Amino acid sequence: MSGANLASGIGLLSPVSSSRPSTLIELRGITKAFPGVVANDCIDLTLRGGEIHCLLGENGAGKSTLIGILSGLIRPDAGRIAIDGVETAITSPRRALELGIGTVHQHSTLIPALTVLENLMLGDSRTLRLNERAARSRLADLSAQLSVEIDPDARVADLALGHQQQVEIVKALWRGSRLLILDEPTSMLTPQGVAELAKVLDRLKQSGQAVVFITHKLHEALTLGDQISILRQGRLVGEITPEEIRTQSQAELRAEIIRIMFGEEARSVAGVAELREELTSLPTTGHRSKSGDVVLELRKLTVRGAGSERGVDDISFQLHEGEILGIAGIDGHGQRALAEAIAGQRHPSRGQVLLYGAEVTGLPVSARQKLGLRYVTDDRLGEGIVGMLPVSLNLFLKRIGEPPYWRRGRIQRSVIDKRAGELVREFDVRTPSVATRVATLSGGNIQKVLLARELSFNPKVVVFHKPTYGLDVKTTATVRELIRRLAADGGAALVISTDLDELLEICDRIAVLSRGRLVGTVANGPDAAEQVGELMIGDVPVEEAA
Amino acid sequence: MSMESAAGRGLAAPRPRPERTIRAQRALDILVRSIVPVLLALAAGAILLLALGRDPLSFYRNIWDGGVAAGSWQDSAIAMAPFLLIAAGLTLIFRANIWNLGYNGQFLLGAALVSGYAPSLVKDVPLWLAFTLLFLLSGAVAGAWTLLPAILKARFGTNEIITTLMMSFIGIDLASILIKGPFHDPSTPLPQTAVIPLNKMLPSIPGTRIHIGLLVAIAAILVVHYLLTRTSWGLRLQIMGANPRAARHFGISLARLTVVSFLASGFLVGLAACADIMGLWGYIRTGWNPAYGDLIIPFVFLARLNALAVLPFVAFFAVLYTGGDLAAQQANLPTDFLYILVGLILLFMTVIEYLGRKRALGASYLTPGLKQSLRSGLIRRRRAK
Repeated sequence: MSGANLASGIGLLSPVSSSRPSTLIELRGITKAFPGVVANDCIDLTLRGGEIHCLLGENGAGKSTLIGILSGLIRPDAGRIAIDGVETAITSPRRALELGIGTVHQHSTLIPALTVLENLMLGDSRTLRLNERAARSRLADLSAQLSVEIDPDARVADLALGHQQQVEIVKALWRGSRLLILDEPTSMLTPQGVAELAKVLDRLKQSGQAVVFITHKLHEALTLGDQISILRQGRLVGEITPEEIRTQSQAELRAEIIRIMFGEEARSVAGVAELREELTSLPTTGHRSKSGDVVLELRKLTVRGAGSERGVDDISFQLHEGEILGIAGIDGHGQRALAEAIAGQRHPSRGQVLLYGAEVTGLPVSARQKLGLRYVTDDRLGEGIVGMLPVSLNLFLKRIGEPPYWRRGRIQRSVIDKRAGELVREFDVRTPSVATRVATLSGGNIQKVLLARELSFNPKVVVFHKPTYGLDVKTTATVRELIRRLAADGGAALVISTDLDELLEICDRIAVLSRGRLVGTVANGPDAAEQVGELMIGDVPVEEAA
Repeated sequence: MSMESAAGRGLAAPRPRPERTIRAQRALDILVRSIVPVLLALAAGAILLLALGRDPLSFYRNIWDGGVAAGSWQDSAIAMAPFLLIAAGLTLIFRANIWNLGYNGQFLLGAALVSGYAPSLVKDVPLWLAFTLLFLLSGAVAGAWTLLPAILKARFGTNEIITTLMMSFIGIDLASILIKGPFHDPSTPLPQTAVIPLNKMLPSIPGTRIHIGLLVAIAAILVVHYLLTRTSWGLRLQIMGANPRAARHFGISLARLTVVSFLASGFLVGLAACADIMGLWGYIRTGWNPAYGDLIIPFVFLARLNALAVLPFVAFFAVLYTGGDLAAQQANLPTDFLYILVGLILLFMTVIEYLGRKRALGASYLTPGLKQSLRSGLIRRRRAK
């Protein structure tokens, strides 16, 4: 295979050379804010042909926003994008494709019921008539260049995930892409699939294609990347240049990246400083030893995932009285299945949940609620409230039909309104009245409504799922203080969060959830951040036989 | 000013001004949304009549004469009984965001069984007992006819719009088989049931020709309204309708609630069939399918699935329905002209719904749950960022 052939096929112009390749796309000062959060804060990035540029960062670091901007889904608030040195606006996904930017999204965009060829031709809306012969030969060319075998007539639903991804890559290259963006391409793949993907990427690189590779797995970034950029809380907080990758040992690089991603340096860079200050000014209960009795115990709990969502496997842990146990992990690794199984919203396929030593595995939500086992959901708007109902009723939705709020099935409005008024004052919910529709409140006040519901009527064990996600600094501090107070008053809290800083702030111990399994537990202390970071990155092998 | 006080009714404590103006605005919106489509449809109908060379004024006057004036309001009131009962059944289940569209089959099955058993039953047992049994029988059969869609929906999430419609077709044909077979009146070659003697039908409200089925219907509307607004069961139902995920979070058993609300809805449709047969027709023949539900649905939505608000809308429609027959005959138009008016109301509802989304014309006709499911694709995409 000659280089010229490759280049013509993929639509690449510049020849491959051993020196640093030429700049293809330059981002300068890219800024994008969403209500309440700056997703990208003045990001500079240079993408070169023939280079794999890894974007590394935790959830919410701004990776997705950045690729959204590159692929035309999101318009930046500020900043410039230059392609081949010419300032260009990427106004739509279609425009991005015309500019040669192809994107492979994290979740499949293929239509399962159609064949590979049909899926590829879907994007060809330039002509009314579908040219199947041309499409076939184009597919043959591209698969030869990637040296993968793709059956054009196979139904996508029948393909393995790795092969589906190859089709996605072909689809992204279909119209002559020069920059290929891969959003967490390995998250669904087996180890073999990852190895195959690495080969494909290598070939793309040799043909001069620029690749942006998004991952939160450190070892992938190190083995695949030519250049690594580390994002944190919307900012570019560190870069590893090709020289560094060539000259330094893997261990050195790892240490440096972990320090940037999770260490003290990053924390001050990312502007968490003011938050920490506010939090430390509050009275803290300090970290207690876990001498209390076991209040919640999970024994080999296995919960099946719903749809594309991951379940959990063989989870066992104990939560003690007065303790705050954190569950760290990357989003989508089984957090929801775990939380819902404890709350009683989902039935485990195996294992047990014990509350004060008594099994509650078969009990419904309301019974667990009465026993003091509560769940503050992460999906506030989606399931935590019923938007059209007033604040007062929303505070009692887990006690429907119970006296004294309902008598013989008949609602006692005055009793509910009175108690709701007390709760609103106690939890400082800012609402015009208890009769206001809850959907009109701000996110922070809605979270307070949820907290008022779960933390009233004698709570014992409370599962908090991303309790401060999307909240402002002040409400965040309030919520964390409530969690601390719960533990100090003899309750116990399980805090499931993707925000490691939060867990380090309030937890006594931190367990790490990865791919639906608990891969380790770390006592909170000075080195906890780095230890949890390593467990999260998943370099500690937890290979299952594939 | 007067509008504000009207909107503020039912509020014990004085509220800060913004809240009041919001409520006043909301009341006005509801009025606009409910009345305007009807007025527009009548206006468009008038234009259509003009185009057909008829005098719209005399057409509408004939509706008045045939549906309200000179005691004909009693005919309208008689027509209201089944309308109200079906509306009650639909309001109840639509609030749960479940779409029971099999009312025609449910209705006819109930009607067939009532017509089949009533002639012998009214002879053999005391009348009050016979009526009670017939109402219960009709309700039970129509309710049972929803059971299969209900279980399929509860267990597998099967789309109830399709299953109830399918069951409706089966029910209509089954009713026809029953009428031709076991319930056939041997004294006539026509495919119909034996006619119930006039003195054995539902008694009239004293001083009128209106049978007591209307009272049953009004009672049913009040019960549904009470259930939906005052009881824990109604609250659960509405939460399921507005946000099934939240319902799961609050520990509400969706499967059981789905089945129960289906049964209740079918039961009310069955009551409608019994009231209509025992109060008005006295027998049934094959091919008779009044499809009341199809005519009533727009008004259930105009009432925004509020059981009490259904009353005036159904009364309005009953007048249109009763008087429209006469008016159409006098104008030498097919009686189907009525369906055109109903269709126009639906059309203008859609227009107002669209404008309402653009210009915040108050709450939608759709339930929150329905809007949610229409919008969910969009939301998912927005969250993906």
